[in-house]
Order: sequence, then C-alpha cells, then structure tokens
Amino acid sequence: MKRTNRSVIPGFGLTTGITLAILSVVVLIPLASLVVFSAQMSLDEIIATITRDRVLSSFKVSFVTAFIASLINAVMGIVLAWVLVKYTFPLKRLIDGMIELPFALPTAVAGIALTALTADTGLIGGFFAKFGIKIAFTQIGITVALVFIGIPFVVRAVQPVLEKLDPAYEEAAGVLGASRSRIFWKIIFPEIIPAALTGFGLAFGRCLGEYGSVVFIAGNKPFETEIVPLIIMSELQEYDYASATTIALVMLVASFVTLFLVNLVQTRNTKILKGGA
Amino acid sequence: MNKETTSSKIIKWFLISISIIFVVLMLLLPLITVITEAFKQGAAVYAKAVADDYTVKAIWLTLEATLLAVLINTVFGLSAAWSITKYQFKGKKILTTLIDLPVTVSPIIAGLIFLLTFGRQSPIYPLLQSWDIKIVFAVPGIVLATIFVTFPFISRELIPVLEARGNDEEEAAALMGAKGWTIFSKITFPHIKWAFLYGVVLCAARAMGEFGAVSVISGHLRGKTNTLPLHVEILFNEFQYVPAFAVSSILVMLAIIILIARSVIEYRGKKRIKE
Repeated sequence: MKRTNRSVIPGFGLTTGITLAILSVVVLIPLASLVVFSAQMSLDEIIATITRDRVLSSFKVSFVTAFIASLINAVMGIVLAWVLVKYTFPLKRLIDGMIELPFALPTAVAGIALTALTADTGLIGGFFAKFGIKIAFTQIGITVALVFIGIPFVVRAVQPVLEKLDPAYEEAAGVLGASRSRIFWKIIFPEIIPAALTGFGLAFGRCLGEYGSVVFIAGNKPFETEIVPLIIMSELQEYDYASATTIALVMLVASFVTLFLVNLVQTRNTKILKGGA
Repeated sequence: MNKETTSSKIIKWFLISISIIFVVLMLLLPLITVITEAFKQGAAVYAKAVADDYTVKAIWLTLEATLLAVLINTVFGLSAAWSITKYQFKGKKILTTLIDLPVTVSPIIAGLIFLLTFGRQSPIYPLLQSWDIKIVFAVPGIVLATIFVTFPFISRELIPVLEARGNDEEEAAALMGAKGWTIFSKITFPHIKWAFLYGVVLCAARAMGEFGAVSVISGHLRGKTNTLPLHVEILFNEFQYVPAFAVSSILVMLAIIILIARSVIEYRGKKRIKE
C-alpha cells in the first residue's frame, strides 16, 4: 500500500504491516479458500445443490423467521428506545443494561434456556399448550430465539437519534397547535425511521446466520424447522463439503447484500446525525 | 389541555409497561430459568456437575481461547486503528470494509472456511501433516475461529475515537523528536483507554460464548476440544438437563460480570469526555 500523503508520525510500515498480516491469515486466506473451493464446481452442480427441495425450504424458513423476528424487534426496539430516552421510571438503568444481555450471554445458553421455557413442560410453553399452541420445536420457537438475539440492534440504533433530536421542532409544532400523536407521526417518526431500518437490517443479517440459539429450540425437522445454517452443519457432518460450501456461498451473498443495503441507509443516517441534510 | 396530559400519561405508562413485560419475558426469564433448572436437584448435584472433570477442562479451554483471541485482536485492533487514523493511503476504505466483514458472516460459515483452509481437502493439508501441525479438530482451529468472529470488535471502538480527536498532538510530539512508542503510550493511549477496554470486554464476551464457528471446527472431542458452550450442547443432547444448566450457570455469571463491567466502563468513559 502506498501512502498518498507523508505524515510525520512514525510507525506506518510497522502498524500497516501487522494489520495486513493478521487480516490475511484470519480473514482473507480463509475466505479465499471458500471461493477457490467452490470454483472447482460447475454451475450445474451448484444449481442442482441449491434447488434441492430440502435446501429451498430451509432458505424459506430462514428468511421468513428472520424477517418476522426483525419486524417484531423493529417495533419493540422503537418502543424500548423511546421509553429509555423520554421517560424516567424506577429500574430504568437496569432495563437499559439488560438490553445488552443477548450480546453477553452465549447463544447456546440462551438456546437451551428458551427451549426449557417454551417446551410444553416449561413455564411459558405450558401456558400456551392449554390453547393448543406449540412454541418450542416449531417456527414460532425459531422466531422467539431470533427475537432474543436481535433485541439490542434496533434499540441501540434508535436511542442515539432520539437523544440528539432537537426539541425545538416538537415545541414549535406544539405551540402551533399540533396534537401529541400528530407531532410523533409527522416530526419524530420520520427522523427515527432510517435508524430503525439500520437496526432492522443488522438484526436481520444476524438472524439469517444465527445457529447457537436456534439449534435447540428448532427441533430440526426437515422442511419444517430446518434453517440454512443447520443444513450446512448436517452436510458437514456427512462430509459433503461441496454441498455445504455451495449453500454457504449463497448465504454469504445474501448477507453481503443485506450489509450493503444497511450501509446505504446508514450513510444517510450519519448525515442527519451530523446535521447535514 | 388537561385531557391531553392524562392521555399522554396513559400512553407513558402503557409504553413503560410493555417495555418492562417484554424485557422480563424475553431477557430476565431465560436467565432465571438457567439458575432454577441448575439447582432443580439440589446444590450437591449442581456442585458435582460444575466440578466434573470435563467441565473443568472445558472452562480452561474456553479461558485459553478467549485470552488468545483478546490478545491477538488487541495487537490487531491497536495496529489497525493507528494505521487507519494516522495516515492517508489508497485502499483505506477497502481495508475497513474487510475488517468489518467477519461479523456479517454466519458463525457456521466462519467455521467452514477454516475447515476448507486447513482441513483434509486443503492443498496445504499434506504440508501441515508432514510438520505434524494439527489445526482442524484441535485447539489452534478453535482459537482461529474465535479470533475470526471477534475480529473487528476492538478496532471498531478505537477508530471513531481517534478520528474525532485528530492528529495534532501526535504530530507535534513527532516533530519534537518523540519516538513512535513514546507517542503512543504517553499521548494516544490515555485518550483511548476506555474505548479500548470497552472493545476488550465486547471481544471477551463474544469469544467465551462463541458456539457455531467453534462447533464446526472442533470435531467435538470431549475433554480435548470442548469449550463451555460445546459442553453445554453435549450434555443437553444427552438429556442431562441439570448438568447442562449447571454448566450454563457459569456462563451466565460470566455474562453478568461482563454486563456490569460494560456499564461501568461506559459510565467512566462518558464522564471523561464531559471533563
């Protein structure tokens, strides 16, 4: 890499060298090996692997559950961020700290705890079983696990925007006679929508790839509760590396597209936060 | 006017109640479940599960992988943040994108890429074997996968702080003849201390709990390549629920310590900015 502008600060060669060396060993070479490995397969083989019924239905399960879970999190995330920024109430700091729990709690632990809770013998599962609704080992269970995983993303995206919102506009609208609900929908809501979308996208990306919390609660029935990461895992256990790699490649493309869209929204968002238009 | 305030009060408490119910059901209840299930058959059964040989070995392996991941990501995070914020060079945007890439990759795929790179179907596999180096289904593979999934955690916290501060002080010090290390330790580091610690805590949290990536690369050799989360999985799948939750309770305690450390660091860091 070439420096375009010489700096007086020493250490360019050393720090850039270490950065590139570690980046290559940990990220670039392993990711390249995925591309190299899948390049050995013909397009027909790849299409044949992807269009197997079981694989297609796992894609459907993954996308549908991730989408619904992220939607729930988008709504609950806005509510939680609103409550945490605008109101004071007892135990607020504790709730604020708890939001981060899904980042700190290992996903496998979350998975078995949610399974125990929502199975027919569990506290919540037992309640719903009375009405004939099963949660664990169904797509509802997968969605519950994904909601758990995705909570912090929307809250932490919307919170800073709400904090920075200039109250002058709300006050002006209030003085001009706008009702509170009108102020919310016409002034505040348009401001937080980009942040909520960013959070939604990040949560969706995370949910698509999530494995640990889902594997226990899903029950892993083919065509019903088998998500894409599970299919990859079972192909690996059968030493079918070609199929596993092909499916992984499609997943990778899906998550990069999600990330790209998130970045588009986020660039606009930063502009708003920094006061531009 | 009076009506308006009563209705907004109702909305306020309605929203607060929904939030509290949601947090209790989705976050608090799973935590409580882990503890109650772990002690379901009394403290003696709990103690036996926690003191089990395989559990102790899993604890050590988890600590080892977490420590190494934090260490290497510290070296990487500090170097990358310094290089990216102190100099202008071509390809910087691509570099930052590549650093962020690992968090968007599914953990299963993270494990898979190391399997393909160092496993039996890799072109360098014969080479590794002739040197008797085991990476896949062994501890080095677990460590590599853990570093991968936590890769941007430290640099991501440092870069915005360094960018916001600018380079004036470092440039002045360099012009007065200070060496690189002196500049870093005397000028730069005191300013990024809290951001750095914050990154370390996030990195440690993810590293100790990583499941998918480690699961693919470990080969599930009990007592050899089992980390705590993998040990939980094995116990749970063997219907040994009480031991599974007992081992989980160790991870819950670590998670709570991490959450407390996180809010303390965030609080101290914010106070510093205000000063």
